[in-house]
Amino acid sequence: MTAITLNSINKRFGPVHVLKDISLQFDKGEFVVLVGPSGCGKSTLLRMIAGLEPVSSGDMIFGDTRVNDLEPRERDIAMVFQSYALYPHMNVERNLGFSLELRKRAAAEKKDRTSHAAGILGLDKLLDRFPKALSGGQRQRVAMGRAIVRDPQIFLFDEPLSNLDAALRIEMRIEIAKLHQRLGTTMVYVTHDQVEAMTLADRIVVMNAGQVEQVGTPLDLYSNPANLFVAGFLGSPKMNFVAHDDAALNLPSSLTNPSAQTYGIRPEHIKVTAPDDTAHLVGTIDVVERLGSDTIFYINHGATKPFVVRVPGIDRTAIGEKIGCQFQPEDLHLFDQNGQAISEHKNG
Amino acid sequence: MQKTAFPIGAVLRYFAIALYVLFALFPIYWLVKIAVTPDRLIYTEGTQIWPSNFTLDNFVSVLFLTDFLVYFKNSMIVSLGTAFFTTLVATAAGYAFSRFHFRGKTIIIALMLITQMFPLLMIIAPIYKIMAGLRLLDSLTGLIIVYTAFNVPFATFLMQGFFDGIPKDLEEAAMIDGCTRFEALRKVIFPLTLPGLAATLGFIFTAAWSELLFALMLINSDAKMTFPVGLKTFVSKFAVDWGQMMAAGTLALIPSCLFFILIQRFLVKGLTAGAVKG
Repeated sequence: MTAITLNSINKRFGPVHVLKDISLQFDKGEFVVLVGPSGCGKSTLLRMIAGLEPVSSGDMIFGDTRVNDLEPRERDIAMVFQSYALYPHMNVERNLGFSLELRKRAAAEKKDRTSHAAGILGLDKLLDRFPKALSGGQRQRVAMGRAIVRDPQIFLFDEPLSNLDAALRIEMRIEIAKLHQRLGTTMVYVTHDQVEAMTLADRIVVMNAGQVEQVGTPLDLYSNPANLFVAGFLGSPKMNFVAHDDAALNLPSSLTNPSAQTYGIRPEHIKVTAPDDTAHLVGTIDVVERLGSDTIFYINHGATKPFVVRVPGIDRTAIGEKIGCQFQPEDLHLFDQNGQAISEHKNG
Repeated sequence: MQKTAFPIGAVLRYFAIALYVLFALFPIYWLVKIAVTPDRLIYTEGTQIWPSNFTLDNFVSVLFLTDFLVYFKNSMIVSLGTAFFTTLVATAAGYAFSRFHFRGKTIIIALMLITQMFPLLMIIAPIYKIMAGLRLLDSLTGLIIVYTAFNVPFATFLMQGFFDGIPKDLEEAAMIDGCTRFEALRKVIFPLTLPGLAATLGFIFTAAWSELLFALMLINSDAKMTFPVGLKTFVSKFAVDWGQMMAAGTLALIPSCLFFILIQRFLVKGLTAGAVKG
């Protein structure tokens, strides 16, 4: 069953066309992540779903109801903001129960649902505290708790982990994943962090410059990016792109395609070999990053951007050494002159 | 042995602060000193810091033999009225300027700024004519209207600063939680703006309490005089009753002081809250 349908949604701020003809469908219970660089319109789209920004044109439908003209409070949604947006003059308990207070629910029900949410998120002992006396992670939990108490039809998250440090971000990411498993509510999550997108999403919507570039499961987008933008956006380190006429490239004819303008290969799909004729690309190591679990080589092959190679474990190959790189045909991504993926080579 | 540094910096700092406090409070001290000095000693002891004799006669005279209580009551009505209406209008306008984008916003802000640029003396004649036309001369209502009109621009900018300091996310969260925009304002934003409201109320109350020029021009009967105008009645054709005048001045300080004591815990926070985001 469809939870949210977006039909040709457009958003204009004066003369600026921020969102262009967005059409998407999110299933009930699905965890959808909107991802893209800053300014791509992902937060604006989320705010439109929340009812905080009016839709310039197009239809926004929740279930069977067109919600374009409904106020945020009439949409049965809950939202977790990047800034947490906790009410500073209310303690944690009142912050959690504020939506029920507005709906004039009985005190017993309020207490029940507040303690239930506090229990899920480990906030039991903090109920009397005010937001200023909480750490970043605790504030984030309260913000999520406030959403849980609502028991809404749809959860919206606007870059909820951006203000947390790296360790806490991982911890909260797992909490959010657990929360989704537990509640099974439709969740729409905005982030510019591809790791969050890859780990949390059932489906990812990659956006760029107000348009949807590709929609799919995380692994689908990773394995079969539709264009150069998606290919370069997902994956860390980024996919390497080599022009078809790059002098350092030595691909056998079985791997080339006359329409291909750019070849893409992910750093983790490259095998380091001797710099001889069997290598598909030869270069000199400029920089080495040894992470313990992996070693990352930045190879100078004569182009402006280095060619990045990631090999598992600790590799002792030193800076300045010449090495060769080999790719498997199925790992090679081919893009035409418009930057669109050429898919036949993988099937054929 | 390590030599302990003499905290000369700290001493100088405290000395400077003490000097400033002395400088700021001295006129008030002098006001009170003259008020409690018996009439016969005011001129003979002149500039002596401490009078040789104390009396409360001036206060008794002011309270029971003059119209001071009438002036005081009028000033209270005008100052509280002005503070209330100005803050009401400025809160609404400040919120609108802070949160909404609308056509002509910049022009309205510019016009409000321009009103602050004219010397009062320049516009007093037109104001007098307008108030006469409205039959609001010699009326406290007229005074409240004029004071409100003149204080609204400044108060609006003050309130806008406070609203700007409150993240927009808060009212959006409240609106998602189930509030209408007005409810979000009332239940979430308003309690957070209390310091700002206190600061604005304080400023406007004090401004109205001490205003002389308009009160002098627009009020002419004893029954409607506010305190600053009433104070002039202690100056007669041939003499100035300094003792009573200073006693009246001392009494007139009380409401302002009480008002600031009441709001001071909000005030310090309020004056800085709007300045920095976060």
